[in-house]
Amino acid sequence: MNFGFSLSPSSAVNLDKIDLSLYHKMEEIEPDVRICIGCGSCSATCTGQPFSGMSLRKVILAIQRGRENEAREMLSGCMLCGKCTMVCPRGINTRHLILSMCRYWDGEDHGYNLMNEVEVKI
Amino acid sequence: MATEQSPKVSTPRDIRKEERAQRKAQRQGADAAPERKLEQVIIIGGGIAGMEATKQLLSLGYRPVLVEKEDHLGGHVASWNRLFPDMGDAQAIISTLREEIMDATIYLSTEISFCNRLRDGYNVMLSNGVNVLARAILMSTGFTLFPAAKKEEYGYGVYDRVITNADLENWFNGGDDHRIPSSPKAVGFVHCVGSRDLKAGNPQCSKVCCITAIKQAIEVKEKFPEAEVYCFYMDLRLFGKKYEDFYIRAQRDFGIHFIRGRVSEVSETINGSVQVKAEDTLSGRPIKVVLDMLVLMAGIVNNPDNAGIAKQLSLETDTDGFLRSADNILSITESPRKGIFLAGACTGAKTVPETVAEARSAALSIHNYLKNLQ
Repeated sequence: MNFGFSLSPSSAVNLDKIDLSLYHKMEEIEPDVRICIGCGSCSATCTGQPFSGMSLRKVILAIQRGRENEAREMLSGCMLCGKCTMVCPRGINTRHLILSMCRYWDGEDHGYNLMNEVEVKI
Repeated sequence: MATEQSPKVSTPRDIRKEERAQRKAQRQGADAAPERKLEQVIIIGGGIAGMEATKQLLSLGYRPVLVEKEDHLGGHVASWNRLFPDMGDAQAIISTLREEIMDATIYLSTEISFCNRLRDGYNVMLSNGVNVLARAILMSTGFTLFPAAKKEEYGYGVYDRVITNADLENWFNGGDDHRIPSSPKAVGFVHCVGSRDLKAGNPQCSKVCCITAIKQAIEVKEKFPEAEVYCFYMDLRLFGKKYEDFYIRAQRDFGIHFIRGRVSEVSETINGSVQVKAEDTLSGRPIKVVLDMLVLMAGIVNNPDNAGIAKQLSLETDTDGFLRSADNILSITESPRKGIFLAGACTGAKTVPETVAEARSAALSIHNYLKNLQ
């Protein structure tokens, strides 16, 4: 019988269960990521954001919350223009962060390639 | 040579030295000849505001009478351990101030029984039977910490692992607290407990809790390097000197996690830890975490003891619940009543340096007021 509703998986983040190994990897690559204050200026200035949904603020947060897939999906929309680095008030080298993360993932050979999805969407 | 070319000029320091010597002679003279008495000023409340004002009034040549209800001076600062932004020793500040006011009349464990207005001053009866006449009174009656148990959803006084900022400082000071685990794996701080909370009766920001939480989070991390430390905040209001540096250090050097979202509820787990739930507003998702210790940053609210004295002196309360100043910009240290002055957190939440500066300012206001009466 269909009552018109169903259960969907909880969207809650359980900090006790999440895997932070990727976040620690990111800290290792670019230790300044720790001082991100989530102000969103990187996302606001992002060239790719309107077309691809790329938001570096959300990428960093997603990795802090153990949501790697979301982060990779978004990061694939980055065109490495570096505007986010120019506006970051905490001076985080965001371009280096993004490039290093993509290289890290590429090294794992998950088939994610920088910019390949952006081209399709534009 | 320079010393030969220029005649001996009295520097402000020399002048102050001479004045001090004169006043000392005056005081000694006053002992011998009782008709030459120094003017008394009553200071109600022996926290840092009262102590600093006492010190300044002494050096301005008055005879301050400091009245403190507790059996020791120093107020809230006396029970604190280290102070931001330089992690200075709170006890050292109190001892320095105490040494500087040795010459003042200090009544401990004493309250105000009643006070009434005379033609040109006030008559204050103390609970120890002493009667003090003075033309100026300084209210430095301070604040109280918001009673955290009022926020029932946070479980203070119900769950064993929930403590307050004051409890944690007491423990830093070497106090015993069975609620603090020996090796916690996760510790949380809840900002704004009883602050910016209209329903809890205090819509004001308590100003000092953000930086206190960061200070205490760093101290917890220093004591328990293995622990994950989370701060749940609404906004981080780091307005003061070097506060932002403190925040950056907390993030960069101590890896403290800042989660923007107010804790909605706390519940106990089967093994006695606590689970907190909040909204991670930056990701728009609910978040939960099990903690071995939860610290509630109780805010600054008006001291209820003020009400009695305020009534007798016809002082009003401002819309924020604290004592009303004559003007909130130009005359914060003056009350609307002649001869009654205000200093420190009795007019609202303040940091230690702000309180000390205000106490100095109040002493000067008193000095100018009394000078103009003559």
